[in-house]
Amino acid sequence: MSGNTLDNPGFRLRASYHHVNREDEVNFGFWVFLMSDAIIFGLIFATYATMVGATAGGPGPKRLFDIGSVAIQTGALLLSSFAYGMASLALRYRSGRGKVIAWLLVTLLLGFVFLGFEVHDFLTMFAKGGSPDRSGFTSAFFGLVPLHGLHVTTGCIWMVVLIVQMLCYGIDDDVRLGIQRLALFWHFLDIVWIAIFSLVYLGGLA
Amino acid sequence: MNDFHEFGGYPDWGQPDFGGDAYRRDLHIYLWGLALAVALTVVPFALVYWHAMTASSLWIAIGIFALVQAVVHFRCFLHVHPPHENVDEMLLVLFTVIILIMMAGGTVWILGNLHSRMY
Amino acid sequence: MTLTHFIFGRLGLHSLPFWAAVQHPTLENIINGVIATGAASLVVTGALATVGLITYFGKWRYLWTEWLTSVDHKRIGIMYIVIAFVMLARALIEAVLMRTQQAFGLGGGFLSSEHFGELFSTHGTIMIFFMAMPFLIGLINFVMPQQIGTRDVSFPVMNSVSLGLTMAGAMLVMISLVLGKFSTGGWSGYPPYTEITFSPGVGPDYWIWAVSLSGIGTMMTGINFAVTIYKRRAPGMTLMRMPLFTWTALCTSILMIFAMPPLTVATVLLALDRYLGFHFFTNGFGGNMMNYANLFWLFGHPEVYILILPAFGVYSEVIPAFSGKRIYGYTSLVLATMVIALLSFVVWLHHFFTMGQSAAVNETFGIATMMIGIPTGVKIYDWMMTMYRGRIRFAVPMVYSLGFMMLFVIGGLSGIILANPSIDYQVHNTLFLVAHFHNMLIPGLLFGMLAGYHFWFPKAFGFRLNERWGMASALCWIFGFMLAFFPLYVLGLLGFPRRTVAYYNPIYVPYMAVALFGALIILTALICLVIQLVVSVMQRDQNRVPAGDPWNASALEWSVAAPAPDYNFPVLPEVTARDAFMVAKEHGAAYRPPERFTDIEVPKNSPLGMILCVTGALATFGLVWHMWWLVALAMLATVAAVIWHGFVRDYERIIPADEVREDYMRWLKAVAAAEPVSRNEEFAHENAGLADLHETLEAAE
Repeated sequence: MSGNTLDNPGFRLRASYHHVNREDEVNFGFWVFLMSDAIIFGLIFATYATMVGATAGGPGPKRLFDIGSVAIQTGALLLSSFAYGMASLALRYRSGRGKVIAWLLVTLLLGFVFLGFEVHDFLTMFAKGGSPDRSGFTSAFFGLVPLHGLHVTTGCIWMVVLIVQMLCYGIDDDVRLGIQRLALFWHFLDIVWIAIFSLVYLGGLA
Repeated sequence: MNDFHEFGGYPDWGQPDFGGDAYRRDLHIYLWGLALAVALTVVPFALVYWHAMTASSLWIAIGIFALVQAVVHFRCFLHVHPPHENVDEMLLVLFTVIILIMMAGGTVWILGNLHSRMY
Repeated sequence: MTLTHFIFGRLGLHSLPFWAAVQHPTLENIINGVIATGAASLVVTGALATVGLITYFGKWRYLWTEWLTSVDHKRIGIMYIVIAFVMLARALIEAVLMRTQQAFGLGGGFLSSEHFGELFSTHGTIMIFFMAMPFLIGLINFVMPQQIGTRDVSFPVMNSVSLGLTMAGAMLVMISLVLGKFSTGGWSGYPPYTEITFSPGVGPDYWIWAVSLSGIGTMMTGINFAVTIYKRRAPGMTLMRMPLFTWTALCTSILMIFAMPPLTVATVLLALDRYLGFHFFTNGFGGNMMNYANLFWLFGHPEVYILILPAFGVYSEVIPAFSGKRIYGYTSLVLATMVIALLSFVVWLHHFFTMGQSAAVNETFGIATMMIGIPTGVKIYDWMMTMYRGRIRFAVPMVYSLGFMMLFVIGGLSGIILANPSIDYQVHNTLFLVAHFHNMLIPGLLFGMLAGYHFWFPKAFGFRLNERWGMASALCWIFGFMLAFFPLYVLGLLGFPRRTVAYYNPIYVPYMAVALFGALIILTALICLVIQLVVSVMQRDQNRVPAGDPWNASALEWSVAAPAPDYNFPVLPEVTARDAFMVAKEHGAAYRPPERFTDIEVPKNSPLGMILCVTGALATFGLVWHMWWLVALAMLATVAAVIWHGFVRDYERIIPADEVREDYMRWLKAVAAAEPVSRNEEFAHENAGLADLHETLEAAE
């Protein structure tokens, strides 16, 4: 590319190519979306922090939270993040469609374990009188934690869709980008969970 | 006809190197990430379970462990760390953190102030 | 639950606008019923007429393939602006109604307080979410990719989805005229008034879902624009070589990305309270209604900078063009834009100084608020210095810019007054505040949008707009605004609260009368705009500008034909300077064919945007009226459509190089046939879009 600007004052119509890297663009766009999602979570966290004392005479964290179940959920989600990392490696180093799908299924299974325990926790909380309509505190809790659970559920659905796409198309460019973006999503959700188990559960039980 | 593509499209996805050095390096990063994360999780859980400190000290400890584990996740699982070729993403995350501190911090400050004046 | 109740939720005959008048025919009910039914009839007739005309002219296929499923940023931009104009008309009529009520409001007036409540709520909601946002998003959509030398935004299908969701929100607001009543809680929807206890009807639900739909669309748009500007600039276009409109577009999209989430949080939490009995903002059970104000304005303040920055960008393009000079102080304008964007996140508390915080908290935010005036002032000086020693042409966009510079400063000063918490305690929620923000929005945002509309119209459609009717409209806007809103400053200082349907002190009447007169002049301005469009279309053959550069302007979008080809550039440009096209013109290097033509890949049409528009509208309609089966089906359809879209693999089409070469040569012929016009002759029929380069060269020397 001759750089003498006097020859090309302003601009020139030269067949310039390879200046847009689609992989870069798509992943960056997804990062931007994740950051907007982070703001949503952050504000609901802040809301929770200001409402953690608003129990209105109803049950509070010490009554409602079950540290054992939370530990299991945390372990499941962390392991699932690792499993997804293995799937990402299999993708990157071209270990074949079978390996990628296998690791994704492991991730999915662990995701279901997480969700199963979480839903069970919620039902137990309801039984103890800690349903969302009981107080500001329970509302804030149920505004935050199920939001994360909904994100995990969406991630699971997305994972299933990607697996089906892989079975239909093999690992083509769009599938590859989908797996990369879901990886970002899944790891992001694990980071949000760190905040949840730390601030909400451990913070409430401390 | 199609020699020129203004749109670089998708890059060459790289040679398969399963079992090679690069693969092993990457694998170790994930394994370290997992190990650190497990440790950084078990300790705060244990501290809370055994009521090892006063509530306010516990909160500080939990907060620190959470922050460190988040950094571990960013470094080992999300591959976001300096120096990094995709500096755009790191700057984006840092900017978001600043905005979050202002918004969430501001919220807590304001509502805390209102709470102290109204009860 | 009966079958009817299951199918129709809480929709019934009582939801029709004339029901109350029929059931209890008091004078007030009849008057309000007539007005409401009139408005509803307009919506229904308008919809039927539109469908009828399209069918009569056999244009359904054309509409679907050329516009609704198009993912071309230019077409999407135009559709956004169409929405903006339609909604502007409605919200303006609502404003005139409110002005009329207040002019005759001594002792009561003719509107019921509930009707008045709906009016100020729809007026604000529509103007912000369905007029201003679509207008600026439409302009950025149309202009920005051309300015940075690329073919389309990074995510074209998502662009169409954003449009579809905005359309759905607008449709919901229009349907609220026919079925049920809109919220009476203002455009900010504060609980506990909007909680189920005090507003059990459908109003706040309409508001929540319309705003949410639009908000999701805007969030996606912000992502789209930011990634496009970051990743798709033409080679050689560094950030500091970008046109200023693109700079403001970048900062606006960053604001969108970070400011829309708090709105989503506020409205969704309110929805949880209303639908599922949560206690985020309720009066009892531990709810904290003050958090709503906090969350809403965390969105609301950056939102007003989202509204104003694109307008600033338009002025930065228009003022140099019609002063015949380069923009003065490019770097300071860029820095000022970035500072404004950053500072906009630290001032939100000034919207609720009176909520009860301590003086320390208030003064922190008060000082931050006053600081935002500084970068804005820098910009005003830069624009004035751009004009200084220029050769000013009083084109319509320039007249809007002049009106802006004078009037916006006044509004800004009233903002500095309001930034002082002690003073704000006196005038908060009075007409002084109403005057202030209209003073910012109308001369600031709206004049900018109308100037941009006039400025880029030839690029979009290939012919110029009529100057005389444009001038009439601009002057009516300027003087109408002053007459309608300056009295409100006085009224506010005299103690008149906002959102007030009636009053009992005759001292207010003369000011109200002047304000009504101003509102009618503004209505005239709108009518002039409509006439301008009709006349321009009728006279289009005389005003065609095929060569593409009617104003002798400086950015890349003017270097191609008008209307621009689908793919924008035959070959993507490589940029070597700021004001790339002007530099090329000055060196006689413009209008040179490329080294070679290549095949071009453009994204194919996609129905996803329209599908999600329909499913989004149906789902939210079902949520409003408690038709849960409809909500479930529509949400399922939404998920299915998104999953289906993920399986699409054939999403690009090729435009062969030969076709591109033909288009380009045809354009070059038009350029050769065009007579170059000097700036003074740009309104003459002879202006075929080719600027007289001698004049430009003289100016450059």
